[in-house]
Amino acid sequence: MRKSLLALAAGLLLAGSVSAASAADKLKVGFIYLGPIGDLGWTYQHELARQALVKELGDKIETTYLENVPEGPDAERAIEQLVRAGNKLIFTTSFGYMDPTLKVAKKYPNVHFEHATGYKRDKNMSTYSAKWYQGRYIQGLIAAKMSKSGVLGYIGSFPIPEVVSGINATILAAQTINPNIKVKIIWANTWFDPGKEADAAKALIDQGADVVMQHTDSPAAMQIASERGKLAFGQDSEMIKFGPKTQLTSILDTWGPYYIERVKAELDGTWKSEDSWGGLDSHMFAMAPYTNMPDDVKKIAEDAQAAIIAGKLHPFKCPVIGQDGKEIECKGGANLADGQILGMNFYVKGIDDKLPGK
Amino acid sequence: MQLVLEKRTERSNAIALVSPLIAIGLTIVTMTILFAILGKNPLLALQAYFIAPLTDGYSLQEIAVKATPLVMIAIGLSLCYLANAWNIGAEGQFLIGAVAGSWIAVKTQGTDAGAWVLPAMLVLAATAGALYALIPAICKVKFGASEILTSLMLVYVADLLLDYLVRGPWRDPNGFNFPTTAEFDPVATVPLLIEGGRLHLGSIIALLVVAAAAILLGRTIKGFEIRVVGAAPRAARFGGFNANQLIILTFAVSGALAGLAGIIEVAGPVGHLQPGISPGYGFTAIIVAFLGRLNPIGILIAGLFLALTFIGGEQAQIAMKIPLDVTKVFQGILLFYVLACDSLILYRFKLVFPNRQVARGAG
Repeated sequence: MRKSLLALAAGLLLAGSVSAASAADKLKVGFIYLGPIGDLGWTYQHELARQALVKELGDKIETTYLENVPEGPDAERAIEQLVRAGNKLIFTTSFGYMDPTLKVAKKYPNVHFEHATGYKRDKNMSTYSAKWYQGRYIQGLIAAKMSKSGVLGYIGSFPIPEVVSGINATILAAQTINPNIKVKIIWANTWFDPGKEADAAKALIDQGADVVMQHTDSPAAMQIASERGKLAFGQDSEMIKFGPKTQLTSILDTWGPYYIERVKAELDGTWKSEDSWGGLDSHMFAMAPYTNMPDDVKKIAEDAQAAIIAGKLHPFKCPVIGQDGKEIECKGGANLADGQILGMNFYVKGIDDKLPGK
Repeated sequence: MQLVLEKRTERSNAIALVSPLIAIGLTIVTMTILFAILGKNPLLALQAYFIAPLTDGYSLQEIAVKATPLVMIAIGLSLCYLANAWNIGAEGQFLIGAVAGSWIAVKTQGTDAGAWVLPAMLVLAATAGALYALIPAICKVKFGASEILTSLMLVYVADLLLDYLVRGPWRDPNGFNFPTTAEFDPVATVPLLIEGGRLHLGSIIALLVVAAAAILLGRTIKGFEIRVVGAAPRAARFGGFNANQLIILTFAVSGALAGLAGIIEVAGPVGHLQPGISPGYGFTAIIVAFLGRLNPIGILIAGLFLALTFIGGEQAQIAMKIPLDVTKVFQGILLFYVLACDSLILYRFKLVFPNRQVARGAG
């Protein structure tokens, strides 16, 4: 009995190694996902990008993903599992994977890593992110035009620079249309929790907001706004089907082109550790169609988008005035420096709220 | 006609031993069918789940790392449950231990504090976990408050406290506002056992805890007291055992072990304090405690087995592209069969014919 079991195991192992050999000429590319691929937000967009990658380079690469990997002690193991399965280029697609990715990267210097939205890099570890604040600026223009009450509702996830710069860009844009615009902010302290997000949206609308914006990932806020007859912006993905009469536009994460570019570099042997921070011009993200708004507002949005792409409009054009009324030091010449935006932890003037932890 | 469960008058020890094996056998049969329906080769899939992780040193280490907190917490919980004290809040005690131990790590950061740092962290974490567990225990003994509810609710308090600290006072000043402390200094880190691996000293501590619990329950009067109070409260009262005292004691021990597990996880595999340090260890440990039949050796095996399904699930995702949901289904089916088989040790099915039918027969 034991002998036959051993033989079976040996046979299976052999079968495994044969299939591994036939796939050896293909580059293995791995992905670590934060949520389930069906979250319709953040992870879903990464999965769409992976599919685009397979469609483009499927004959040269083999992709694998691990979904629902928590940003805690399990992340390092999940990443290392991908390395040990032979993946040579690994995308870790959430901020919380930063330290685990770095640890594994130091351990396997011959494997290349791409970490989304972090700030630590190494010889074999790149980072990539998008200048979403550009999209937020366009949304701020639309929101100020569409709001009748002059109060915007904003669901924040965590008070990290990416989110804070989004709030600031929104309000700076809105002030160009309506200098007295108000914004109510609720921190959900989560990226994805439809129940909490819905509660936040209800609370914001009860406080008088008639345009709801979110930096969390589920379509819950869109659904609540739709039920209450208000307007809202989607996040990460196209959410129009959750609010056909509600969605003004949505910031769409379009990672596909970047993934294809990086995998091609890996195939050519030209991959280098880099810090990629692309905006609308480099297609790191896109705006969903401008809907549920009159033509003049649509024109404002489209003009702003064109100006940002052309480099004529920068959301953080100096002078930027802080909440305390003092001018923020302008380290980037005409605009705030990238480093100031990447590390932003102050509110601009006109936000009647306190940044958590300040 | 009715099907009812009837308590067996006597239980067979042989069946009690075989029952987990029957459960695993039934799980394998069910999963084989499921894999076949999904169009995956069942043999290869089962190999990825059960055999592949056991065949290389790396995966074995990872299984031990994953099982360490589960086993430590479950041992403490088993003492509570044996004594009929229902501690559901091990997750909170785990977090409080992590927070208390991290306090020393954060405060000594960047100073040339010596080798006392890690031992002090471990002691403080265990103390904090024990004190935190005493809150529901004392509420139970003094006021008769349900310890199930109070211990569970304190989980959220601990969670929010940790959240507050890493977003506020303990936040890494160079961390761009991200909610995490800076990486702990080497003196505040649990040493690794194997160069380049992840196996750490915590796994040895977990083994010592298992041995201590086995001795406590098997060879000491205190252990006997715990078992009698749980199994036969009336007899225990006549025997002069103080049930309330035991609730306090078992809660304190279980809280201490959970707290210790918490700091070991933070100062070990994670390396800094952040939200989400526990993927529900405190709750999964409840399953481990019962899978292991509240027996220390059983818990060790159950903890390792559950860890195996996690690691195997990942390898199946990678090697076979089997979705994570299937791993969860797999864990659920396994638990279902274990509990079902256990019920059949203590109970048996019986067909009952209600009176109505008898009456008709008579008429």
